[in-house]
Amino acid sequence: MLGDPAAGSPLRQSWLQRYLRLDGVLLSALLLLTGVGLGILYSAFDGHLLEVRKQLIRFVIAFGAMLVMAQISPATLRRWSPWVYGATLIMLLAVMAFGHIGKGAQRWLDLGFVRFQPSELMKLALPMTVAWFLSRHELPPRFPQVLIALVLILVPTALIAEQPDLGTAILVATAGFFVLYMAGLRWRLILGTIVALIPIGVLMWHFGMHDYQRRRVLTLFDPHSDPLGSGYHIIQSTIALGSGGVYGKGYLRGTQSHLDFLPERHTDFIFAVLSEEFGLMGAALLLLLYFLIIARGLYIGLCAQDTYSRLLACSLSLTFFVYVFVNIGMVSGLLPVVGVPLPLVSYGGTSMVTLLAAFGMLMSIHTHRKLWPS
Amino acid sequence: MQRRTVIKDRNAETRLLTNRILVAVIGILVGIGVLLGRLFYLQVVSHQHFATLSQENRVKLVAIPPNRGLIYDRNGILLADNRPSFRLVLTPEDVNDIEETLARLQEIIELSESDLNRFRELLPRSRRFEPIPLKFKLTEEEVARLAVNRHRFPGLDVRAELTRSYPWGELASHVIGYVGRISAQDLQRLEAQGKEANYRGTSHIGKLGIEHYYEDILHGQVGYEKVETNAVGRTIRVLERIAPVPGRDIHLSLDARLQAAAEAALEDYNGAIVAIDPRSGEVLAFVSRPTFDPNLFVNGIDLATYQAYQNDPNRPLYNRALRGEYPPASTVKPFIGLAALHHKVIGANESIYCPGHFTLPNVDHRYRDWKRGGHGRLNLNEAVAQSCDVYFYDVAMRLGIDDLSAFMSYFGFGAPTGIDLNGERTGILPSREWKRRTRNQPWYHGETVITGIGQGFWLATPLQMAQATATMANRGQRVVPHLLRAVSEPGSDRPVPVPRRTSGEPVPVHDAKLWDHAIESMKNVIRIGTARRVGIDLSYSMAGKTGTAQVRSIAQNERYDASKLERRFHDHGLFIAFAPIEAPEIAVAVVAENGGSGSGVAAPIARKVIDTYMENKARHAR
Repeated sequence: MLGDPAAGSPLRQSWLQRYLRLDGVLLSALLLLTGVGLGILYSAFDGHLLEVRKQLIRFVIAFGAMLVMAQISPATLRRWSPWVYGATLIMLLAVMAFGHIGKGAQRWLDLGFVRFQPSELMKLALPMTVAWFLSRHELPPRFPQVLIALVLILVPTALIAEQPDLGTAILVATAGFFVLYMAGLRWRLILGTIVALIPIGVLMWHFGMHDYQRRRVLTLFDPHSDPLGSGYHIIQSTIALGSGGVYGKGYLRGTQSHLDFLPERHTDFIFAVLSEEFGLMGAALLLLLYFLIIARGLYIGLCAQDTYSRLLACSLSLTFFVYVFVNIGMVSGLLPVVGVPLPLVSYGGTSMVTLLAAFGMLMSIHTHRKLWPS
Repeated sequence: MQRRTVIKDRNAETRLLTNRILVAVIGILVGIGVLLGRLFYLQVVSHQHFATLSQENRVKLVAIPPNRGLIYDRNGILLADNRPSFRLVLTPEDVNDIEETLARLQEIIELSESDLNRFRELLPRSRRFEPIPLKFKLTEEEVARLAVNRHRFPGLDVRAELTRSYPWGELASHVIGYVGRISAQDLQRLEAQGKEANYRGTSHIGKLGIEHYYEDILHGQVGYEKVETNAVGRTIRVLERIAPVPGRDIHLSLDARLQAAAEAALEDYNGAIVAIDPRSGEVLAFVSRPTFDPNLFVNGIDLATYQAYQNDPNRPLYNRALRGEYPPASTVKPFIGLAALHHKVIGANESIYCPGHFTLPNVDHRYRDWKRGGHGRLNLNEAVAQSCDVYFYDVAMRLGIDDLSAFMSYFGFGAPTGIDLNGERTGILPSREWKRRTRNQPWYHGETVITGIGQGFWLATPLQMAQATATMANRGQRVVPHLLRAVSEPGSDRPVPVPRRTSGEPVPVHDAKLWDHAIESMKNVIRIGTARRVGIDLSYSMAGKTGTAQVRSIAQNERYDASKLERRFHDHGLFIAFAPIEAPEIAVAVVAENGGSGSGVAAPIARKVIDTYMENKARHAR
């Protein structure tokens, strides 16, 4: 399923690997996912091709970004890591100072020719840097290194949470924690951290969260308490899911989505569109596809030849799973509505570019392996 | 194989990594398992529940009110029409905060207090997906303003609809009546009758007159639309439609032209005119004046106008023809005469001397004749023609109240005529039994005396007088006056006649020739009697009888002098007539309130009505 190790060995590389530095298995799975995503988007947009075409162009750009990233060798990437991190951090501060405000949150940085979310870049820069830092020492990391890594993680997380963008903040922090986890952070510490997070969470609830974020968490536990406000999303999306049944209502036949009952159906709630029209079967197949991609990413991490690559590859793959889990958990009413798109399916460009850039890194890691690593 | 050797020197790190990846994969599988479990719960376990919710989300049932049937006169002239108008409706379930929406709405269009009150009254009793009317008869400007601001008001809609309209305004408004918005009482009544489902979506209901009486014919059957709607409540498509069945059209026996002529003939007198075809009982004209504009009532009359109607001393909302109770006065004399002949208390040619007054034995009260000094000797024919009071005082005494009252009941006095209008009054036909029942008092002879000239307790509605006249014209065959002539399906030009309603028992007269005496006496009223002035240049034969009803009783030593009395105390002028005598086609009763006398005011009015009838008939014949 994940490919014969020998087939992927540096000795027997396909033309795709040798010249384009791309991984065939990952590429196929991503293209399939992209195709599925466009198909569902077509339905979510009631058959308006214009928006689907826009998304297709974004995909082309994002795949371009992936191709570019695949050409950069892990060694180069590693050298760049702290600089990228530093630059992104400065941009986050810049956003705080004079960023563009949209939808009540200050996330965007206008560079004149393009509007840009530094927090998205941080999703890559943070795991890169933590991996870079930890790979300089012997694994598993000792306590002072863990502390420094935590600082590296929490500073940008705090900045992003302040924007406020809780979803991205969680994802960025998660990416960093996954590097620590892969580096062999002791279970004691992991458990200790989780225990420590509880009071932090309580403090966040009282002082660090905006009202709308608190409401979202509250309505998770009882969506019917506010059926027309923030609970409306969850009520309507569970109706969409539940009414889809095992086989779904059929492509383009979802009533919840096509009659506007489902809010944000092109973006965060697109999974509800898929589940309404294709039912449990469609949802399970999509989950299987995601699992294939994640498993391939972890396999690449397993095969990687240096510590930096291993940590980075595994962390990126696990973060990708968190995306999927948080989004579907949110749409199905298991998790609060935190604004995490369904990766590579939801409408929108920024996260897509970061995601495919990350997969470009994975491909680079896999295709730049040497016969005899130093 | 090769790879393993490559990383052999990092054994520990690889073991750690493999270990962590393994744990991660397990974690991922658990996560996916949780998601699948959740999906299984939603999509399999609770599927039915959510499928129902989804269906409820999108499918709504919308009632389509039927178009109300139209009302025509006997010649196809439209009396009640449906014309397009716009109204504003609010669907509660699509509005988050109704009060807030109403407040914002008032920045755009004006909502009156009654609009708001009606809305709030309807709100709790309406289903949440049913649009509730907020304002009727929107102006073009209001429609435009609402259209521009529509996005700000989800749940508000402008509906084009048909509104009841009475093109002739005040004409025959007491017959046609009007529709009005369904009130709380109407709803209770409909619920009690189990008809409320048929009125879903219907905003108006017949309140008065024909509109009220024939509500069931005019209303029709409600239709339904199963519609698919989106999240903001807009209809996306119709899934199923059960078309409403429009109400049927009504063809009245009323002749609008005759009606108009009759209303005009009454000039500025308050009063009533009823014209009946004695052959069928069809009501040809039914006038009560003053009248009102029914169009004002359709979408709620404003308070000022309503109070003006209510406080008008002429009482325009009062249906005098149906509910006005007047002493029939001298108009009853031919009937009394007939009773006397039937009961053989007097012969047709037997005469009585009239000295100008009548007294009962041992009582010094003088029952005066209208003519000072008296009429001298006269028989029945002359007594009716001259309207001698003394003759009928005497005859009434000879008859006695019991026979008199029983005989009069055959003409329909004291009983509802059975016309197809609600709220008919019965008047009073005095009798021993009636007096005991209502007043718990014995009958006195003196009361019989004045009953002989249609005064005293005796009260009759103009409709009853017309019915009695028709019965006389028919020589005893009573007919039930009715307004509904035919019913037709909408769009069909073939009205189906309504079966005649059975008439009452004929007047039992032992010899049919007695009718000739009574009718001959009424003919003489026109020819040489009290109404001889209306008999001039008559192109057809006509029988009639004048009557003058006292509004204020005149004391023994007083004389009636119109010039010294306020107009509202002037006598009522009455006249009954039918024509042509040989084959009667029209029977008319006229009451001109405070008209002074039957001969001076009421008789010429009746003549105008019958003239118009004859002219129309001649025009139709050509």
